[in-house]
Amino acid sequence: MKILVCISNVPDTTAKINFTSDNTAFDKNGVQFVINPWDEYALTRAIELKEAKGGSVTVLNVGEADTEPNIRKALAIGADDAIRVNAHPKDAFFVAQQIAAVAKENSYDIILMGRESIDYNGFQVHNMVGEILGIPSITPAFKLDLIDDATARLEREIEGGKEVVEVKLPFVASAQQPMSEPRIPNMRGIMTARTKPLKVVEPSGAEAKSAYVSFSKPEKKGGVKLVDADNAAELITLLRNEAKVL
Amino acid sequence: MSVLVFVEGLNGEIKKSSLEAASYGSQVAQTLGTSATAVAMGDISQNALAKLGEQGISKVLYDADEKLEKFVAEAYVKVIAKAAEQENAKVLVFAHSNIGAAVGSRLAVRLNGSLATNVTTLPKTDGAFTVTRSVFSGKAFAEVELTSDVKIIAVQKNNFEVSQNAGTTATVENLSADVTDADLTTAPKETVMQETGGGVLLQEAAIVVSGGRGLKGPENWHLIEDLARELGAATACSKPVADMDWRPHHEHVGQTGITVSPNLYIAIGISGAIQHLAGVNSSKVIVVINKDAEAPFFKAADYGIVGDAFEVVPKLIEAAKALDK
Ligand SMILES: Cc1cc2nc3c(=O)[nH]c(=O)nc-3n(C[C@H](O)[C@H](O)[C@H](O)COP(=O)(O)OP(=O)(O)OC[C@H]3O[C@@H](n4cnc5c(N)ncnc54)[C@H](O)[C@@H]3O)c2cc1C
Repeated sequence: MKILVCISNVPDTTAKINFTSDNTAFDKNGVQFVINPWDEYALTRAIELKEAKGGSVTVLNVGEADTEPNIRKALAIGADDAIRVNAHPKDAFFVAQQIAAVAKENSYDIILMGRESIDYNGFQVHNMVGEILGIPSITPAFKLDLIDDATARLEREIEGGKEVVEVKLPFVASAQQPMSEPRIPNMRGIMTARTKPLKVVEPSGAEAKSAYVSFSKPEKKGGVKLVDADNAAELITLLRNEAKVL
Repeated sequence: MSVLVFVEGLNGEIKKSSLEAASYGSQVAQTLGTSATAVAMGDISQNALAKLGEQGISKVLYDADEKLEKFVAEAYVKVIAKAAEQENAKVLVFAHSNIGAAVGSRLAVRLNGSLATNVTTLPKTDGAFTVTRSVFSGKAFAEVELTSDVKIIAVQKNNFEVSQNAGTTATVENLSADVTDADLTTAPKETVMQETGGGVLLQEAAIVVSGGRGLKGPENWHLIEDLARELGAATACSKPVADMDWRPHHEHVGQTGITVSPNLYIAIGISGAIQHLAGVNSSKVIVVINKDAEAPFFKAADYGIVGDAFEVVPKLIEAAKALDK
């Protein structure tokens, strides 16, 4: 079983979101980057499947050299090897093209990633990869098991419920909680990660189809209006007559 | 050329998020001086389809194939691609739902189009075609230019009014995309719908009542449920509450859970960690009930009560009961 896990490098969940002075790019100054939390669900599930059934887990990141600490972290958590496509991830379509190019070369049985990245929140790449490769994409999945060497059973979320899907390998799936319990690398993992292969490849000549023009932040709230606990019913009146939301 | 809107059904009706998408699509059509067509399949009544006229849709293309009863991405993509070709659609509009964004992404590849998801504004069309989308888990917005000839837009839920031109009907035409078994490899073996207290879908709800660890245990959730019922709201929870199995995971909102953008979000016994806020900060009005006046959630709130949930919430339930609805 060969599993490919795609990870993206995102600002830590507690990072302050600021933009460069002309508002055309995210300001990385002083920001700590982590493996996208949704991707960690995919990574851990892939490692669990490998531990149960054998095979290999390769992590893939489309990014510049500054993402390597988090690629090493994925190796420390338990992936076997890594590929970095040396390019700035311009948009979802560009990234999907890069992933598909790597997948075509190495024919994986399963391609996993998180449902979306917590920075650009696209929810696009997994389905695009599926379409480019002409294989199913099951998204967002919160349960993934192998029935046998050729078939998997997934549960995917739909609004208001879930669907159970059985699908032949190969396929793409995106992960969300509670697919697995993300792991913290242990000392041995960190030591071995240093010597695991991390291959850097150049991007295939794909175009982006969208371009970020500028960024802005939501208007600041006017501050909280407090209602006395003894007079709680007043809140309902305010919500109806002042805020007009009831 | 025209604008094509994909609408999703549930129990014979059209989902609210799709009515929002239809309203959005017809406004885009108006700006571009063309008409808006909808494409639909599955479990939607003819009556509901015709009523899309109220949202400004002039024509609906409906594929009545039974194989499309349940969502299957590849098959749905085939039908929408056929409709897009037939209508020479240059702008395609979807709801940013698990289904809408999935088919939208596959179509972007198939139709060689540009895709923006989580879109919060109508497009600017003077010069470059740009839209604004929500990014950084609701903490920022980005203006994005869609550079391909075909533009695909998935609109954020609860962000656009459903327009109502009462009495206007759309014509409904049949469409057949000749879906075969080969398109059905990911057909669900089983579909399980959740018990939604009062039948309100969390992702589409106008009001959400949400509980955190401050409620002490699942046995106290009647407070959340009763208030939600009185307000016609959906129920939600914080991550630890789902992790401890007090509530199901599909109610967990936040950075690693569901993102909601209701008109009113009521947070009870939730501290307001940044990861929780990431899933709720595009709510229009936020109410916080917490016994700790220093709880960070108050900084993000519009209204608040500093007090014990076990005393405050019963009073709110009584007051909500007394509202004329
Ligand atoms: C990578 C990452 C991702 C995460 N993703 C999410 C996410 O998606 N969603 C999420 O919710 N969290 C998420 N978290 C966890 C988050 O950091 C917080 O730990 C969590 O939101 C806290 O939940 P809580 O507010 O219910 O509990 P607590 O922080 O324990 O807060 C309980 C609150 O209840 C109040 N309280 C106690 N008793 C009463 C009472 N009787 N009446 C009124 N108030 C009372 C307390 O004052 C307190 O403010 C994530 C964390 C990380 C690191």
